[in-house]
Amino acid sequence: MSRPRSQAEYLARLVPPSVAGLNRRSLLAGAAGAGALLGTGLLAGCGDSDSGSGGDAKSVSLGSNQSDPKPKDVVAKVMDGFKTSAGVTVNINTVDHNTFQENINNYLQGKPDDVFTWFAGYRMRFFAAKGLAGDLSDVWGKLDGYSDAFKKASTGDDGKQYFVPASYYPWAVFYRKSVWQQRGYQVPKTLDDLNTLGAQMKKDGLSPIAFADKDGWPAMGTFDILNLRINGYQFHVDLMAGKEAWTSDKVKKVFDTWAGLLPLHQPDSLGRTWQEAAQSLQQKKSGMYLLGLFVAQQFSGADLEDLDFFTFPEIDSTIGAKALDAPIDGYMMARKPKSKDAAEKLLTYLGSKDAANITVKNDPSTLVANSGADTAGYTALQKKAAELVGSATEIAQFLDRDTRPDFASTVIIPALQQFIKNPKDIGGLLTSIENQKKSIFTS
Amino acid sequence: MSDLPLIQADRAVPPPAATTTNGGRGRRLRLLSRTDRVVITLMVLVPLLLVTGLVWLPAVATVLLSGTNWDGIGPIGEIEWVGAKNYDDVVNIYPPFVPAVQNNLLWLAALFVVATPFGMFLAVLLDKELRGSRFYQTALYLPVVLSLALIGFVWQLIYSRDQGLLNGVFGGDTDWYGDPNVNIWAVLVAAGWRHVGYIMLLYLAGLKGVDPSLREAAAVDGSSETSTFFRVVFPVMRPINIIVLVVTVIESLRAFDLVWVINKGRNGLELISALVTQNVVGEASRIGFGSALATIMLMVSLVFITLYLWTVMREDKR
Repeated sequence: MSRPRSQAEYLARLVPPSVAGLNRRSLLAGAAGAGALLGTGLLAGCGDSDSGSGGDAKSVSLGSNQSDPKPKDVVAKVMDGFKTSAGVTVNINTVDHNTFQENINNYLQGKPDDVFTWFAGYRMRFFAAKGLAGDLSDVWGKLDGYSDAFKKASTGDDGKQYFVPASYYPWAVFYRKSVWQQRGYQVPKTLDDLNTLGAQMKKDGLSPIAFADKDGWPAMGTFDILNLRINGYQFHVDLMAGKEAWTSDKVKKVFDTWAGLLPLHQPDSLGRTWQEAAQSLQQKKSGMYLLGLFVAQQFSGADLEDLDFFTFPEIDSTIGAKALDAPIDGYMMARKPKSKDAAEKLLTYLGSKDAANITVKNDPSTLVANSGADTAGYTALQKKAAELVGSATEIAQFLDRDTRPDFASTVIIPALQQFIKNPKDIGGLLTSIENQKKSIFTS
Repeated sequence: MSDLPLIQADRAVPPPAATTTNGGRGRRLRLLSRTDRVVITLMVLVPLLLVTGLVWLPAVATVLLSGTNWDGIGPIGEIEWVGAKNYDDVVNIYPPFVPAVQNNLLWLAALFVVATPFGMFLAVLLDKELRGSRFYQTALYLPVVLSLALIGFVWQLIYSRDQGLLNGVFGGDTDWYGDPNVNIWAVLVAAGWRHVGYIMLLYLAGLKGVDPSLREAAAVDGSSETSTFFRVVFPVMRPINIIVLVVTVIESLRAFDLVWVINKGRNGLELISALVTQNVVGEASRIGFGSALATIMLMVSLVFITLYLWTVMREDKR
């Protein structure tokens, strides 16, 4: 390349040939055109996108958060079953699980599907109280096979039902039978037993209790079960509803007990995901793990058959060990479904044992809520889990489903992580939680 | 013209367009046809509407919402005004706020002191036409191109306490992501890794545009490589330097993605932007409280924007 003879020439060389071919005016017009296109595109995007699907009773829409391949397939099969039995087509709109949950406020206030997936608990009752969900008392009149615990979990603050349970999973302490047989460990019945067992496991070179809280929510399970064991179900519900003070001695005792157990937990839990903790149990590096039944996802084949569990031991004999966390998934109806008749028909079917049977046949990782379902296809683990929940006196839904979501995610998660980092300053931590609770619950 | 190198590189030759029109002002105006006027009107109006609708309205709405306790449900008429309560709560009873401000400042310092100069240094090295310079260029720029989900995953593989590369190779058991004293530095390394590539590319583009004759002249005058860079090249690159500075400040203020991918901005990785998202987006829907945090962030950004504009305008006046 020869040296440029003038600066103008030098500058001209910096312009790539693809641009140099255009003159300035056509470039400007092009840019303006593109801008105008962009503008109208955006404006059109703001417009109301009415899907305009027919209001006849020949179809009903379902908003589903079951975005993983396996559950998605099960939902499709159940809806096929509905079509065969009732002759009504279901249009399924599947949305990514987390996205669905995060957008629920906007979704329900916009134009939700006639029927949508959701969980039992505080949030369900909150939507019912805000008039964002349809009354399902009539549907419940036609349902059978549900225990009172499920009916209670489906009932809103006004005594009407707003929810149809479909499946659930309990939280319990999981362990590997082979490891426990080899070392002669016994299932602990009391907190003292648990401490003794933990000390023995430490001696044997195991992390007694696998633990992970990088994502913030798994530690809620530990808090829930300790509070249920120490203070009982009613106090737990009232605490979650903001009616009890976090600075009370009762809550302090929960954290004191937890602080006593922390040395038995796997260290450095704040950088670990539950999957990694579950793998440490699977690799026989940890002795036990308090988690939901979904821990089984990290096990396969012979390892899965080796997996067993027990419910968290008793701490106070006057309270016992019969309450537990068992989150329930199910369906709700929009406040103004396009065809109420078709939506109620679908919900009645979803609560029937026919729908439950299809789920049992196709998905081995959940328990179905309807007791009339044919559970012969359950694995041993599923059978035991169903028995555990069946014998429970009270069922809690898990902390982030039992209280205000803003309180759970912006206050409790950082607070529990703070506690795990520094278990010594319980008083200061509880004062901070209480101050934030007062501000959130009064607004 | 002679074949001598151009010395007065900064004195621009007047644009050719100005020399072709020798008429007065009026004649110039008449040159604008109807189409021209429509085009110009559109070009002013469309961006104006976009900026107002997408920037100013949301910003004003955020400031207004920060005085309410709206939870995102119900009509706008039912929004309750709570005054400065949200700000009071943020400062006095919200534990993650102070660490978030500290982390944002630390982020700025780390990028400014380490990552940006290092990126510039790499650009200077690559400008030397080393063997395989394309390869290095690609390797260093790759982190900027990779999707965030992938970056989060890559660093998870490296930093995981039980299964990660670092602890696997060195046999330690440092909890890179979980220990609140360590994780911010671990993330800053990851953030710097990206930032270096970005700055390098920006700066390299600038270096390629520097007139080679300037360097030759300096070399003929007996200037060393180092002093050529600092006394000739660096001052000539002033516009690029300002862009690099602005990019660094913007990157550290809006830092968000990496910590969000790692642990949603909790446990030692608090950043104001992550706190805003935690509160506003998702089920939490503390729109009023989150808006207060966002307004605070806006104020901090305004300080930097004002400083920048003030410098630029002072330059223009000169």
